[in-house]
Amino acid sequence: MSKDNIAYHRTHMLPEAPPPATETGAVKWLRENLFSSVGNTVLTLVAAYFVVSLVISAAPWFLNGVWDSPSLSACREILDGATGACFAVLTERWNQLLFGFKYPSELYWRPTLAFVLLFAAIAPVLFIKYLPRKLLVVTGLYPFVAYWLIWGGTIMVPVMALLGTLFGVMVYRRTMTVSAGVAVLAGLVAALVFWWASGLVTGSMAGVMALEPVPSRDMGGFMINLMLGVICVSLSLPFGILLALGRQSSMPIIKWICVIFIEFIRGVPLITLLFVANVVLAYFLPPGTTFDLILRVIIMITMFASAYIAEVIRGGLAALPRGQYEAADSLGLDYAQSMQFIILPQALKISIPGIVNVAVGLFKDTTLVSVISMFDIVGMIRGPILASAEWNGVYWELFGFASVLFFIVCYGISQYSQWLERELQTDHR
Amino acid sequence: MTTVTDPPKASFQLSQLIYDTRYRSYTFQFIALMLLIALMAYLGANLVQNLADQGQNIAFGFLAEPSGYDINQRPIEYDSQSSHLRASIVGVLNTLIVAFLGCLTATILGVIAGVLRLSPNWLVRKLMAAYVEAFRNVPVLIWILIIFTIMTAVLPAPSAFRGENPDSSMLFDAFAFTNRGVYTPSPIWGAGSMVVVITFLASIAGAIYYRRYATKLLYDTGKLLPMGWPSLLILFVPSVLVYFVMGQPISLEYPELKGFNFGGGLHIRGSLIALWFALAIYTGAFIAENVRAGILAVSKGQTEAAASLGLRPNRIMNLVILPQALRVIIPPLISQYLNLTKNSSLAIAVGYMDVTGTLGGITLNQTGRAIECVLLLMLFYLTISLAISAVMNVYNKSIALKER
Repeated sequence: MSKDNIAYHRTHMLPEAPPPATETGAVKWLRENLFSSVGNTVLTLVAAYFVVSLVISAAPWFLNGVWDSPSLSACREILDGATGACFAVLTERWNQLLFGFKYPSELYWRPTLAFVLLFAAIAPVLFIKYLPRKLLVVTGLYPFVAYWLIWGGTIMVPVMALLGTLFGVMVYRRTMTVSAGVAVLAGLVAALVFWWASGLVTGSMAGVMALEPVPSRDMGGFMINLMLGVICVSLSLPFGILLALGRQSSMPIIKWICVIFIEFIRGVPLITLLFVANVVLAYFLPPGTTFDLILRVIIMITMFASAYIAEVIRGGLAALPRGQYEAADSLGLDYAQSMQFIILPQALKISIPGIVNVAVGLFKDTTLVSVISMFDIVGMIRGPILASAEWNGVYWELFGFASVLFFIVCYGISQYSQWLERELQTDHR
Repeated sequence: MTTVTDPPKASFQLSQLIYDTRYRSYTFQFIALMLLIALMAYLGANLVQNLADQGQNIAFGFLAEPSGYDINQRPIEYDSQSSHLRASIVGVLNTLIVAFLGCLTATILGVIAGVLRLSPNWLVRKLMAAYVEAFRNVPVLIWILIIFTIMTAVLPAPSAFRGENPDSSMLFDAFAFTNRGVYTPSPIWGAGSMVVVITFLASIAGAIYYRRYATKLLYDTGKLLPMGWPSLLILFVPSVLVYFVMGQPISLEYPELKGFNFGGGLHIRGSLIALWFALAIYTGAFIAENVRAGILAVSKGQTEAAASLGLRPNRIMNLVILPQALRVIIPPLISQYLNLTKNSSLAIAVGYMDVTGTLGGITLNQTGRAIECVLLLMLFYLTISLAISAVMNVYNKSIALKER
């Protein structure tokens, strides 16, 4: 009796059956992600109700939005009782929101150009792997060009500032063979002397390639937020690194100076530091000197940000295994070399997420300057725009616009930092 | 035998201060100290010169003078004849009130959002991600202003509650949301209410003791007592009994329309609510990320190991995951509390009279004592920060892994 004759024994393979309908495609995804259990179904329904009601209530507001009208009352007439946003305030006050209400309107191209150039300047830093290193020259030149564009005046001031910086760097390089600390000091002193000397020269050359000067009290709007954010973050990085190294230092006096500075700044709110910039700082300057408010604010915000960045970088330094320090020592590198080539590259890499957090937080905190009556974007909205007869009562469009601007910048920065973290990941996973 | 590597026995030379690593650090510290002293002296000299020029001095006597301004939210007795010092104390209390409320609410929001961000439910997960990203990436000042606008410009005026067919009505006849603030019922403490409160406090202690006892019994003998409903019983039954025995001493006072405004009940101002909710929602977004990171930091093996020991899911959460996650969550949580407290100084933007509004705002402007006011203000925030940091250090030490 052969096997082939057994009735219940199958002799050929069945064709593959498709999985049940509930286990494929969209149905499976829905079942697993939205309706896996009773509790989950309830959660889904509640969330869906929330989203749908939000969309239903907000959609007409957006769709009926009025983009062209001279004032709120005219806007309400156009709407004729229907729900709708009055986006006309954004188009009508666009320049005020971005540049403030005093910046000369025929010069708007200058900050705009500076803003566009900003991307050209930071691209070589952000995508250092993909762009040629020579482009970093653009980054180095940018601060001087941007200063000239935004504040105007003779080109000699930024040129002299640039030359002074180069001179300082040269002296730093030359004295590097002695010791890192001496080199830093010598470089600083050289640059300061150069700037002081150049100040004697530029006074007589006020007309050379001069743009129309704009005083900083005429600046306002989102421009101020961007300026404060970019300037203070870029200034606070080197200071933060120095403070972090100082706090790790084995020299007690330097260590304690850094500790007290960092803890003091971190312990007080930014607003009190802005009060200092506004009303107290003038007492500590030589009698008769008048300092731009914006410059005082930059000083205080930079101090604030450096303390936070120092703590982030200290975390990075502490996270490095002791062996890295010992390895650098055993190679015979001195302090500056071991920091420059071994420790800081690794510590900074670890600190990137933290530094980005500080940068994002700082950029958001630039809105606080509106409290000391500077007209940044929040100050513009609360002051000249909401107080004007035409637009008194337009809240959501304005606050929504400001929120969207900040969201775009901050979300962009944090997405970049996540990308950079993946780029820099050298361990095997 | 002498070798060529013997150190030269040269006497000390001045150049060693720079070239010899043994002495170099002294040189640097000396230079740093000198520079610091020079800077201080320079600033101090400028200060003295400027003060002399303007005929001012540094003195704190102004704190005892009558302040001459009113504060709308007064946790302690205060009027415009009270001193500037008392105004500052009112401000400090108001800061502490909003910070406490904010921290509490932010923790609740943050924990819920953080746990829900890890939910298997796709929609909820995305919704919570949207919440976290929206609030983390927009300045808290804008959120405070938005909520303040809702409180003052969108909510109806008290007059809208008036008449036969009012435009607005009170929620449950107990809560009125008006553009002058929110009115809620407030408790009235009658005679004998202390007994009820004491009983309730005693029941809390009793419930905690019962749970300890049950845990100890479980570990000692393996006998499992029920935990949930007995603690609830201990917590509420005695208090309710005493409440009725004492003749219902605690009652609620409901807000009512009186004239042009609401009277009675508890009045919570729009500025407090704006500050409180904006800070809570904003900080809650950060706490949500901390909570999520903390839970993710507990490796999956821990869950699996606990499951293989036969623990039930809620036991796994309580006994295995949470204790380990908390170690990661609590330090950043406390620094978020600190941030919230410092951010509460934004009260000045909505007119909430916290210490920045009284001492750093009106007192500073009235007396012109900028240096003294800002100094005191900084000292206050510094004290709070350092105190919380100290507590956190003690906590970190107690919770650190006990390694053998």
